[in-house]
Amino acid sequence: MAKKKKVNLTIDGIKLAVPEGTTVMHAAEKLGIHIPRLCYHPDLSLAGSCRVCIVDVKGMGYFMASCSVNVWEGMEVQTNSPEIRQARRDIVELLVDNHPMDCQTCERDGNCELQNLAYSLGVRERLWEGRRKRFPLEDSSHSVVRNAEKCILCGRCVRVCAEIQGVYNLSQHGRGFTTVVAPAHGAAMDDSVCIQCGQCINVCPTAAFLEKSSTEDVWKALADPNKHVVVQTAPSIRAAIGEGFGLSPGTPMTGKMVAALRVLGFDAVFDTDFGADLTIVEEAHEFLSRLQGHEPLPMITSCSPGWISFMEKFYPELIPHASTCKSPMSMLSVLAKTYYAQKKGLDPSQIYVVAVMPCVAKKYESRRPEHFMADGVPYTDAVLTTRELIWMIKCYGITIATLPDGQFDDPLGTASGAGDIFGTTGGVMEATLRAASELVTGRPADRLEFTEVRAVEGLRETYVAIGDQNIHVGVANGLQNAKILLDKVVSGQEKFHVIEVMACPGGCIGGGGQPYPPEGVKVLDPGLLRKRASALYAIDSDKALRKSYENPAIDELYDTFLGGPGSETAHQLLHTHYHAKTPRGIR
Amino acid sequence: MSTTTDNWTEVEATAKRVLGEKVVAFIDRCRGRVARPERSDGRGESGGDPATPFSAVRGSPDPAQAATEGLPDAPGDLRSTVSAGSETRAERESQLIAVLHKVQAEFGYLAEAHLDAVAQLLRVPAAKVAGVASFYHYFRLSPRGKFVINVCLGTACYVKGADRVAQKLMDELGIAFGETSADGVFTLEAARCLGTCGLAPVLMVGDDVHPQVTPDQVPLILEKYLSKSRQEGAGQGSGG
Repeated sequence: MAKKKKVNLTIDGIKLAVPEGTTVMHAAEKLGIHIPRLCYHPDLSLAGSCRVCIVDVKGMGYFMASCSVNVWEGMEVQTNSPEIRQARRDIVELLVDNHPMDCQTCERDGNCELQNLAYSLGVRERLWEGRRKRFPLEDSSHSVVRNAEKCILCGRCVRVCAEIQGVYNLSQHGRGFTTVVAPAHGAAMDDSVCIQCGQCINVCPTAAFLEKSSTEDVWKALADPNKHVVVQTAPSIRAAIGEGFGLSPGTPMTGKMVAALRVLGFDAVFDTDFGADLTIVEEAHEFLSRLQGHEPLPMITSCSPGWISFMEKFYPELIPHASTCKSPMSMLSVLAKTYYAQKKGLDPSQIYVVAVMPCVAKKYESRRPEHFMADGVPYTDAVLTTRELIWMIKCYGITIATLPDGQFDDPLGTASGAGDIFGTTGGVMEATLRAASELVTGRPADRLEFTEVRAVEGLRETYVAIGDQNIHVGVANGLQNAKILLDKVVSGQEKFHVIEVMACPGGCIGGGGQPYPPEGVKVLDPGLLRKRASALYAIDSDKALRKSYENPAIDELYDTFLGGPGSETAHQLLHTHYHAKTPRGIR
Repeated sequence: MSTTTDNWTEVEATAKRVLGEKVVAFIDRCRGRVARPERSDGRGESGGDPATPFSAVRGSPDPAQAATEGLPDAPGDLRSTVSAGSETRAERESQLIAVLHKVQAEFGYLAEAHLDAVAQLLRVPAAKVAGVASFYHYFRLSPRGKFVINVCLGTACYVKGADRVAQKLMDELGIAFGETSADGVFTLEAARCLGTCGLAPVLMVGDDVHPQVTPDQVPLILEKYLSKSRQEGAGQGSGG
């Protein structure tokens, strides 16, 4: 790429030169000046609507939004003056005046961007106790709760839903005082094309979007002496939960997390990674069967419920390509109420299964009828997000950092490193390749690491040699990226053998239920995602057991309960099918 | 990229049922204006006379026609306005307002079913279509009554008691400004000076001007139009 021309300017009296096309906001950052901002997000398009990032540019006669003004030669910028600070404070004061005054009881208390901004800009009183917007709470969905009264119309959710996820479910409706962010026609989230990924929650600066909380249900179950409460934790929880306690992103927390769950009172702590290993064994068999021409290729992974929902609404013609394997969470929940119940001599109705997931769509997955037992009770009773678990640990008063490491419980607690990497984009693919390679060639794989499918970027396509076959693989995270691969499949432009799709940026590690990042770090930040991913890769490479096939607990399960991969029992318990859903999305 | 989805036949059939052949042909023409030359399916380039005049919009040029007129027939010119990796969508979005004008001219308002059909046919997300339709004052999202009542709330009328007249209308009809009575006969609107300040307070029902109205007269005025409506049969959206 040609080197960009440098532009000379002064910011707050300091001379600097930055490449042509740099915004004033980014130029100021080079001087260590973080101009306050609200609607701006580095991974989304510019909105320039909040005006919090205004600066004074000499000769302009009005304050300019620094996020959307590029530098020019000889520009003189003032980022601070009594007038600018006053103007910024006025803007935030007006936002706060039209916002519920319930910070102490709000779920975002302490990590709310509006609250932080109001504090740092010196908003110390509410001047205008006038009319306020009133909208009902919208909680029709199993995953996402929309509270339009807390919305400040920054439009980040609208942009993430469209630009990152390609769903375009949200839009600003109406104008002026009654403007509201909602699905088309103000429909309930449940009646919209929402795929429940929860990225709107992640990017929301306030509590206008939140997950539907399950903590009360879980506390209640834990306090019930007649319930045997078991918990499973997804791979990406251990890579992110530390952030909720001030530890740096990418701190592996497996042992401490297990220990904290025991203190909370769970009767058994299982590892969703075990479910992941099982998924891999089943999926590798399915892949082999597809490779032999029994079902259509490419096979597309189906672990991500946001992706499944997207497929059902936007790409129903690809349903035959989705792996019929249930997700690791759903497989493990099924086994908890069958295999584990049998071993323990418990009635399934006594067992209460809690799943801790980085994902809000898992809440929705757990309520899909295909994941219900015959008596209409879901296999997974409650799904907690990483954020909800962090809160429960804090609520209980556990100092997690000082706990001695705990161990997952048998028989659903032993997992290979292949299960751990499920939490990051490319991980399911790599785990599948480790297994499929052996299954196809009949001899141990000559390598364990398929680094060509790693990286948090949105899209990868490559060929992997398995035996004498050259397998064409595709990996996508973020559904706008996935569309690019899926369109190629639909048009027949490219013949893939296997595609991994994870709905969220970076995979589960960037899920809609992950901790809000510390101040100054944005949710979709690739650096943050990379740190979380590297924690999982480190856990994998530190394990002696790295292939799902070699997991002795899986062997035992097949020997004593399921009767072999792809068996009738396995199909009955571990596989499912998907169906086109309405409203139909426009892709 | 393919122009259609696997349910295209169904989309077209629904659109024709909801919007009618005429509007669907109009949308096809709008799409044709931004179509790429390499398109092989021929959709968009086909169909009918270039512009159907609007019968329902009196005294003004066809807004939909005006909105699409002057758009480049050659593709590419619009593509520079495109954002974030979906250029064809932005091209189609550029036709949205013209299409909404056309639909409103046909039906008098934009129903959810109309908006959904437009979204599917133009392949612009429904949230976007609904967002645009709800933003502009010109677009109406509910049917209009047979008679539109415009109460002047300009300064002169206001000081002469237009607010009391308006309140009486609201009480009698049980609706607020911008709404339509349950029987579909009246829509109540506020106007900002009708240019007849000498007759203040003034209200218009359809094209009829009612000067120096007092709250007491409101029931009589309404009854006149109600009986007119009864004589003519059930009220239909006028499109005006």
